[in-house]
Amino acid sequence: MSSVQIRDVRKSFGNFEVLHGVTVPIEDGQFVVLVGPSGCGKSTLLRMLAGLENITSGTISIGDRVVNNVQPKERDIAMVFQNYALYPHMTVADNMGFSLKLRNAGADEINKRVKRAAEILALGPLLDRYPRQLSGGQRQRVAMGRAIVRDPQVFLFDEPLSNLDAKLRVAMRTEIKELHQRLKTTTVYVTHDQIEAMTMADKIVVMHDGIVEQMGTPLELYDKPDNQFVAGFIGSPAMNFLKGHVRVNGVATFEGPNGVKLPLKTAPAASDGRPAVYGVRPEHFTIADDGAEAEIVVVEPTGSETQVFAKIGGEQVVAVFRERHQFNPGEKIRLKPEPSLVHLFDETTGKRLNA
Amino acid sequence: MADVAIPRAKPQMSEDNAWTRLKHNRNWLGFWFMVPAMAFLIFFLAYPLGLGIWLSFTDTRIGRVGHFVATENYEWLWDDSIFWLSVFNTLLYTFVASALKFAIGLYLALLLNENMPFKAMLRAMVLIPFIVPTVLSALAFWWIFDSQFSIISWSLKHLGLINQNINFLGDTTWARICVIFANIWRGVPFVAITLLAGLQTVSPSLYEAATLDGATRWQNFRFITYPLLTPIIAVVMTFSVLFTFTDFQLIWAMTRGGPVNATHLMATLSYQRAIIAGQLGEGAAISSAMIPFLLAAIMVSWFGLQRRKWQQGENND
Repeated sequence: MSSVQIRDVRKSFGNFEVLHGVTVPIEDGQFVVLVGPSGCGKSTLLRMLAGLENITSGTISIGDRVVNNVQPKERDIAMVFQNYALYPHMTVADNMGFSLKLRNAGADEINKRVKRAAEILALGPLLDRYPRQLSGGQRQRVAMGRAIVRDPQVFLFDEPLSNLDAKLRVAMRTEIKELHQRLKTTTVYVTHDQIEAMTMADKIVVMHDGIVEQMGTPLELYDKPDNQFVAGFIGSPAMNFLKGHVRVNGVATFEGPNGVKLPLKTAPAASDGRPAVYGVRPEHFTIADDGAEAEIVVVEPTGSETQVFAKIGGEQVVAVFRERHQFNPGEKIRLKPEPSLVHLFDETTGKRLNA
Repeated sequence: MADVAIPRAKPQMSEDNAWTRLKHNRNWLGFWFMVPAMAFLIFFLAYPLGLGIWLSFTDTRIGRVGHFVATENYEWLWDDSIFWLSVFNTLLYTFVASALKFAIGLYLALLLNENMPFKAMLRAMVLIPFIVPTVLSALAFWWIFDSQFSIISWSLKHLGLINQNINFLGDTTWARICVIFANIWRGVPFVAITLLAGLQTVSPSLYEAATLDGATRWQNFRFITYPLLTPIIAVVMTFSVLFTFTDFQLIWAMTRGGPVNATHLMATLSYQRAIIAGQLGEGAAISSAMIPFLLAAIMVSWFGLQRRKWQQGENND
């Protein structure tokens, strides 16, 4: 186990720079999730960490050692690939023991460590099977077993759950998190799924277009997104954004589309008339008499909650209620954002304006 | 629901005559779909093969209907040293050429699978020997190995390495080397391109995983590439061996089996005896004698080709 330092790392393919100076400190034993839309550079960063891609500039260190010029096999890392990359012609046991075999470990040693990893992952009865004879979830576990056997400094996961069906994905999510709690190995996990990031991470790094937009604990990102991108990326259903202007006439309010008045707890200093984006999460709407008028478009009950799509000042927003309101499309209701949970962003830069 | 009777169609057996039933029989229809292919195979493969075997048991000559002579042709061949020399030549030719074609083909395939400039052009160039008609390339080799005008002799002489022309196709050892060389030149593209196709089915992430597992380039080849390539190697080498064993054009155009029968293969000897000398029965016997060898090659590949355990699908035994 050890810490990982990514310092001002850049990556160019030819003249095209895909990572524009990324700095991510990772503490010993931390579970860090790199999350972002496809093309944001998260997988490239992970592959640079693994040594599968060269580092154009900046440094990556594992422990105290800068590994820029260290061969992948010398970096003491193990990686789980999106397609698992299991060797199809080897049994589960041989797959897991392959790295030890290459390091000329004795048969007893290999056997012992494979058995132990198989025990951790409940793969015991499958050791003599070939990858083709396994289900998706089992293959996923073998891929993790292959990483565990090596007992590396750092685990790297490259979208490991994206080939699984929805139900299995949730189960494996828990399994990976539990595994990390047991082994406490530093883990870097790449995903485009913000729910995976929220549920598993100690620290989330949100990436976008080759830069780090924000990093922090899942709840920090949820409660206080630094910018509009993070605000929109984290949380499901996504945060609602309404364009308008800040008004300070004794009381701070937000003038939304078509003059709709929305509540603000406090306005940023000297911001009267400033154009801004008003952000409110679907779960932070309540129904109140002093709320903004909204016309219901669609109602989607999911059982545990109800998602209501409605129009405020002509703009569509979504609100989520735990209560089972009986709404009908076309009906007018009054939606009130909880003022203390409202986010305000600069219209052009997208930076957060309120504290 | 249980008390609602499902209306059933009245049995119409009476109206179903044999012909209508046959029209709806999938096997009957399937049979007719197979007929064209079957006709081709029977008329162009099974019939000539059967005729060839039958001829080998007769004393047919060109222009004269033969009589059944049982195994007389084979008994003659058994004591014919030229026949045995051709068997030896064929085995030597097949073994040496196939082994080298495999080695060179695999090397080329690995090379072409790497990322390099002009990859598409290089891949296309590799195919050139394959697309040139065999007889034309054989003629070209004939000139290259000519006793007087050989470009190789000429070059070596100008380099001061030799004083006299090498008698490429006139010396028994040189002649064998030359025809084997020509065969390899012609056969390598097939092996290389097929193996390259096989290499491209191997997922790059397997190499990445192996690299992270600590494999060197050689270990990547030894433990990942080679085992995953074995099914394709089995196919391509079977074809290569069969083509080489039955080779005729190249030899006939370059040496006609000479000098002193040193490059006579079973196929060329059969042609010489059957068509040139008119002894159809004897020629057919030589051709038929190739069958056991070819069957043996096919058996080897058949067992080699059997799906390996790791290739099998979802059986949870």
